Amino acid sequence: MSESREITLTVNGERHLIVVEPRRTLADVLRIDLGLTGTHVGCEHGICGACTVLMDDEPVRACLIFGVQADGSSVRTVEGLAVKGELTDLQQAFSRHHALQCGFCTPGFLMLAEGYLATTPAPDPVAVREMASANLCRCTGYQGIVDAIVEVAEHRFRQRPI
Amino acid sequence: MVTLPTSGESQQWVGQPLQRREDARFLRGTGRYTDDVPHAFALHAAFVRSPIAFGVIRSIDVRPALEIPGVIAVLTSADLGHATLTGFLDRDEFIKTAMPILANERVRFVGEPLAIVIATSRYIAEDAIEAVSYEIDEFDPIVAMDDAQRTPQPIHDEAPDGVLVDLRMFNDDELEEVLATSHVVVDETFRSGRLQAAPMEGRGCLAEWIDRDDQLVVTVSTQLPHQVRTGIAQALGLAERQVRVIVPDVGGGFGFKAVLGREEVAVAAAARILRRPVRWAEDRLESLTASFQGREQEYTVRAGFTEDGVLTGLAADIRCNIGAYSAFPFTCGLEPIMAATEFLGVYKVPRYASRSRGIASNKPPSNAYRGVSRPQIVMVMEGLMDRAADRLGIDRVEIRRRNTIRAEDFPYSGPNGITYEPGSYLEALELCAAQVEAAGWRQRCEEAAPGFIRGIGIANFSERNAYGTATMGLRRMPMTPGFEVAHLAMDASGDVTLTSGTCSAGQGHETTFAQIVADRLGIAPDRIQLRQGDTDLTSFGWGTFAGRSLVIGGGAAAVAARRLAVQLREVAAQLLSVDADDVELVNGHARVRGTGASISIDEIAKTVHFRSHLLTDREEYLLESHGSADPSGMFSNGCHAALVEIDAGTCAVQVLDYLVVEDCGVIVNPLVVDGQVRGGIAQGIGATLYEEASYSPDGQPLAGSFMSYLVPTAAEMPPISIHHLETPCYQTETGVKGMGEAGTIGAPAVILSALNDALRSRDAWLEHVPVTPADIQRLLALPTKMESS
Repeated sequence: MSESREITLTVNGERHLIVVEPRRTLADVLRIDLGLTGTHVGCEHGICGACTVLMDDEPVRACLIFGVQADGSSVRTVEGLAVKGELTDLQQAFSRHHALQCGFCTPGFLMLAEGYLATTPAPDPVAVREMASANLCRCTGYQGIVDAIVEVAEHRFRQRPI
Repeated sequence: MVTLPTSGESQQWVGQPLQRREDARFLRGTGRYTDDVPHAFALHAAFVRSPIAFGVIRSIDVRPALEIPGVIAVLTSADLGHATLTGFLDRDEFIKTAMPILANERVRFVGEPLAIVIATSRYIAEDAIEAVSYEIDEFDPIVAMDDAQRTPQPIHDEAPDGVLVDLRMFNDDELEEVLATSHVVVDETFRSGRLQAAPMEGRGCLAEWIDRDDQLVVTVSTQLPHQVRTGIAQALGLAERQVRVIVPDVGGGFGFKAVLGREEVAVAAAARILRRPVRWAEDRLESLTASFQGREQEYTVRAGFTEDGVLTGLAADIRCNIGAYSAFPFTCGLEPIMAATEFLGVYKVPRYASRSRGIASNKPPSNAYRGVSRPQIVMVMEGLMDRAADRLGIDRVEIRRRNTIRAEDFPYSGPNGITYEPGSYLEALELCAAQVEAAGWRQRCEEAAPGFIRGIGIANFSERNAYGTATMGLRRMPMTPGFEVAHLAMDASGDVTLTSGTCSAGQGHETTFAQIVADRLGIAPDRIQLRQGDTDLTSFGWGTFAGRSLVIGGGAAAVAARRLAVQLREVAAQLLSVDADDVELVNGHARVRGTGASISIDEIAKTVHFRSHLLTDREEYLLESHGSADPSGMFSNGCHAALVEIDAGTCAVQVLDYLVVEDCGVIVNPLVVDGQVRGGIAQGIGATLYEEASYSPDGQPLAGSFMSYLVPTAAEMPPISIHHLETPCYQTETGVKGMGEAGTIGAPAVILSALNDALRSRDAWLEHVPVTPADIQRLLALPTKMESS
């Protein structure tokens, strides 16, 4: 076990100076060191995607990234979505479409979708379904998740600044 | 008698697709699952697990692990006083065996815990696992059910032949004669693979001894708070009151958490021994290979039919691979009993006999997984219908029609001893068949691209649920589940707190229970908060499983609400100087019929709490009530149809389209009901085409990650259209029937039916799940009937 290192991490706009072991995952840094338990750990081998966060705007599996690899980066977690208290359009659409039941996978899907929509402004439903297949949900059967993301994509596309 | 607001202006909340009140916290990431519960000083547990499937433990050396800085303790079975859990049925056909909390003398499956390591972090605890050494003398393991016959060493000495439960609940001396004289006897063996429920949140717990309360407080991800309390108290020699079980948000259960695991007991024991808080979160490898599995079953069935396709009798030999131990509290009798009792489904079967066994193996113990034995029995019954239809040249819908229990048959009593209340069995079949035609599936079958083959499947079935004490008592568990008690209290602001012994794992109870109560109190559901999952806060109850919560817990809440409504009307009557019979509760007010006089319910609540001296006629103080429910149990029913496509090149199967007809009685929240149906079908598709907790012949698990245990993704899911029928069941005041398992129950049968339809040109039948591409390749290689003739 090598010595702990100091890293700086900007999470949801807040800068943190944290001392971590090199083997500590980003998921554990977020959950245990920063108390941001909205990022859930479902498999710890990068398949389920429950721990998906945005690192420098890219969706990543926080269970597959070590904290030291995130040094100097900017991370956005589910807690950073509804910043002023009000749920975002995507969060509201998830509720409307019953895109969540137990809610454990939900933060991962939200972050995956936000990362995707930021770079793919007008996806078709087939592409959204393909993208959503990156993460696992055991409760919903996915229809509500796909419908919510498609609806928000269309709405944001219509509202985009011209 | 149900007290509903009668005025046309009143809002009816039951039946509304209300968005769930749970959603906001889950969407913000502020839901709190067991491993999210903060504790600054908790130690972390990890388990040393056996790499050997079957053997005798010669030694365990924990000393090297204790040298590692940060390791606080390593405990073995002896340190826990050889504590055990024993799930048993009090019947002659059941052999009682104990499950040690930590392996003692023998290991019986790969992953069985040998020792618990307690350290200051999970990282250090896992380091310490590597430092524990042990010697195990290996035996030949029993992996498949037939292995028991050729292995000299039994898994449990109490059961030399490996059979832990052997039930002959249904006998019929005339059945053999009936089968011998039947026009056709369909004689088949069906098999289903071993599954893991795989909720996204694995098991986990946090245990702390609190001196002040003389209590072990165990925060745990479970469906059964009170049964976990009882099990921990029994295993550790504590009084019930000395264990408080708290269940925060649960990240999916599916029956996987309708059990008490040995790990939770070991963590609780460690917390008590060390007098320090200890937490544990299962990782996915542990979850898939070292927790609970289920549904590995084999059905050898003979079914007689007349020339017209009418069932004459059915003989079934059912074997369930129940793994190494009998789980607490539902036991290894769970699958065999359900399979034998509910086998006949929606069909009239004049003669029936069955034997059902639970056979031990060197695999993790079986426990309930959504649907338990029903996905398999429906797969078998529908498979028999398809085979008989084929052999007799009868249309597949028509043969089902001829055997289905009809409206005029209710109440119907079958040879399984169950009396069926009204359902829409034939109506569901007809509606589903009509929808298949309307959707143009036959046309779509013919339009398959070259190299692709399509088929249509249909499955008509019921889902028994909400088993009360009258039914559960027949199982002869030492504790008989079934009733629920709900408490309601309205506070000084007019808000209502409801408690229930049921325990949501994502089903939305906070929303649906509130809808039921709201209608009876004439207030909005957002004024009603459900508190659940705390044995110190709620009355004793039986948790959430088998479609029981909204029926029994919600039924109890309805009774409590009706009683609280009486109190509100009586107080209003005093304050308005009228007769209570003339007061109705509507839109947040107690209103006098015909006069327009009214008082707000908030005002009533305030008066009762703060100015009770005004209520001179009241014998009681405050606004509190309780209600209970204990229905005997009921059947919801449904019919599914699927359109599937086989890629003859890759042998992959895709479900192209899916139709559901569902009858769960009164629907409280359509959003929630459809969500249960869709999610269940996803699990059913997984069980049919992708998932298997497979094992090597030497008992090594082959599916230890989501790379090899293939939970369906969005890409595997078809569009699903859902149609509702509504046949209420008034065993409770709400008319609700349970429905959480229907999706998983119908999907294997209907997909298998569709695959056999697609492959009908070949003289081969699929009679097992999961169906793999290798199975498809084997069948496609067979000559078609035309080629062979």
